[in-house]
Amino acid sequence: MQMQDLPYNLPDAGGHFGPYGGIFVAETLMPALSELRQAYAAAQADPEFRAEFEYELKHYVGRPSPIYHARRWSSLLGGAQIFLKREDLNHTGAHKINNCIGQGLLARRMGKPRVIAETGAGQHGVATATVAARYGMECVVYMGSEDIKRQAANVYRMKLLGATVMPVESGSKTLKDALNEAMRDWVSNIGDTFYIIGTVAGPHPYPMMVRDFQSVIGEECKLQMPELVGRQPDAVIACVGGGSNAMGIFYPYIPFADVRLIGVEAAGHGLDSGKHSASLTAGRSGVLHGNRTYLLQDENGQVSETHSVSAGLDYPGVGPEHAWLKDSARAEYVTITDAEALQAFHDLCRVEGIIPALESSHALAYAAKLAPTLDRDQMLLVNLSGRGDKDMHTVAEASGIRF
Amino acid sequence: MSRIQSTFAALAAQGRKALIPFITAGDPHPDLALPLMRALVAGGADIIELGVPFSDPMADGPTIQRASERALAHGMSLRRVLALVAEFRRENAATPVVLMGYANPVEAYGVDAFARDAHLAGVDGVLVVDYPPEECAGFAAVMKQAQIDPIFLLAPTSTEQRYEELAQIGSGYIYYVSLKGVTGSGNLDLDEVARRIPLIREKVGMPVGVGFGIRDAATAARIAAMADAVVIGSRIIEEIADGDAQAAPQRVTVFLSGVRAAMDRGTC
Repeated sequence: MQMQDLPYNLPDAGGHFGPYGGIFVAETLMPALSELRQAYAAAQADPEFRAEFEYELKHYVGRPSPIYHARRWSSLLGGAQIFLKREDLNHTGAHKINNCIGQGLLARRMGKPRVIAETGAGQHGVATATVAARYGMECVVYMGSEDIKRQAANVYRMKLLGATVMPVESGSKTLKDALNEAMRDWVSNIGDTFYIIGTVAGPHPYPMMVRDFQSVIGEECKLQMPELVGRQPDAVIACVGGGSNAMGIFYPYIPFADVRLIGVEAAGHGLDSGKHSASLTAGRSGVLHGNRTYLLQDENGQVSETHSVSAGLDYPGVGPEHAWLKDSARAEYVTITDAEALQAFHDLCRVEGIIPALESSHALAYAAKLAPTLDRDQMLLVNLSGRGDKDMHTVAEASGIRF
Repeated sequence: MSRIQSTFAALAAQGRKALIPFITAGDPHPDLALPLMRALVAGGADIIELGVPFSDPMADGPTIQRASERALAHGMSLRRVLALVAEFRRENAATPVVLMGYANPVEAYGVDAFARDAHLAGVDGVLVVDYPPEECAGFAAVMKQAQIDPIFLLAPTSTEQRYEELAQIGSGYIYYVSLKGVTGSGNLDLDEVARRIPLIREKVGMPVGVGFGIRDAATAARIAAMADAVVIGSRIIEEIADGDAQAAPQRVTVFLSGVRAAMDRGTC
């Protein structure tokens, strides 16, 4: 059994992870954030809240999610053993629901009858709409009009679940603009509205709160790996867009000095092409969406438009805790191109009978690169953060197939 | 005495209130920026708030978002905004200019370089919308060092403790946001403004301007009766956007003159 020997106690009271994080919003939002901080602190300290969260995760989401040893794929790759944390088996098909249950319960506890969310590909929107239906709340989801065109099935899913999908026409008409618009809604309707942010970004307390709700992923792994193989993995690998599935699996492992933490960003068409979403690898420090973090931006500080074949990674910023884990060298961040991710997608389909989300395929692709360089008794734990049913059209199109 | 202080002092001596129009620099086109600033002065502006366009203006409503997008489409940048202020200063040494925008373009420019260049250009105040006092003690000190007033927002929901924090960190004037929402929305609560202003003025010891949601001369006059300054933004941008671009300066002067007259009638 490995030692837990690295002390870690971030963020500070102001939500800072080293120089990153914090609260960078207009004065009009400050009281709402302060109300949220207090409510979250009270909920965390309340055993009833925690019990209800755990009950919902077990009976509604279907947790704990299993860890699966991808034996055939590992042996074909000819190196380290690859284990998959099966978040794709959750209700709604991804890790996003963990956080939405947490924030939905918090909204209900705060007496807010209306929840709002931003969404890119629609996964967080679907998870939020699901939870709103479950708890009987009004739900409005902001989505860029470009994304609405690309993700018609998820838009319909949200509508089936009773949500209103609001098209966002400003800026690049994608995820970052949807987040801006959701913030504007929140500041205009603070009294009755709870904003469910989908990733570990935004002003404090969001990065901490979303991480806490998602850390159920890593907490389960910490118990499951010793049961399964008698020890913790040598490396934990997860894809990073905003970074919520990665923080969820990394966080409980931060104190384990000999467990490598590897975040995989989207290199899109390649880092040199300018068409990618690799904020940590190719960005520099900046302020967006309420926090300081690594940001893809031009020389004038305007936020860049990004690209990834996987809509869930297509975001110019990244959670501030990842920025800190990078600078402090506790985690490593690498990149995978669209083509490499698609290859891993197909390999997992054919070899293991699992259709992974394109986001998760980035983590899988890096594991496939790393495994052959390691001994057969080394163990890589990959967060399979979601299933790929939503990506059928994208993958078919990339293969030149039309339905 | 700074240009902002002496402007408020001169107005107070005349028993008048400050009119502070806001335009986004470079909207609808960078070539019209200087003519528009002149038009604001001709219409009775006492201080000009110049918006620095940003790709993600989270605190702004659709009107100012669109203005920002138009300006950026024409290549407007913080560097060009500073050049614009320098050009304006060559012909106008009296009207204070306050830059209003978001943190990222300033950080990308570099805070120290920005303070130096803004001072040289003749900028008098800076309002960074997403820099609450908690995050910008260092920035505010650098601005003051460069003789630029760091200006802050207060909201209807701000606590009295907040007033005291701003008294320490801010200078120039306080910008009281008169509604819960984004710029340009329309749920202005005049009674709330009337209740708040005297208290804020007493606690912060600075003039208090009121903005967000002021759309006509009559409302401006009523606000002027309570506050030290009236800020009008989205309504002026609509005036600029609505019609032939070359005639925009003329339309702005006409609109602003009406507001000016109503304010002066109401408060004299």
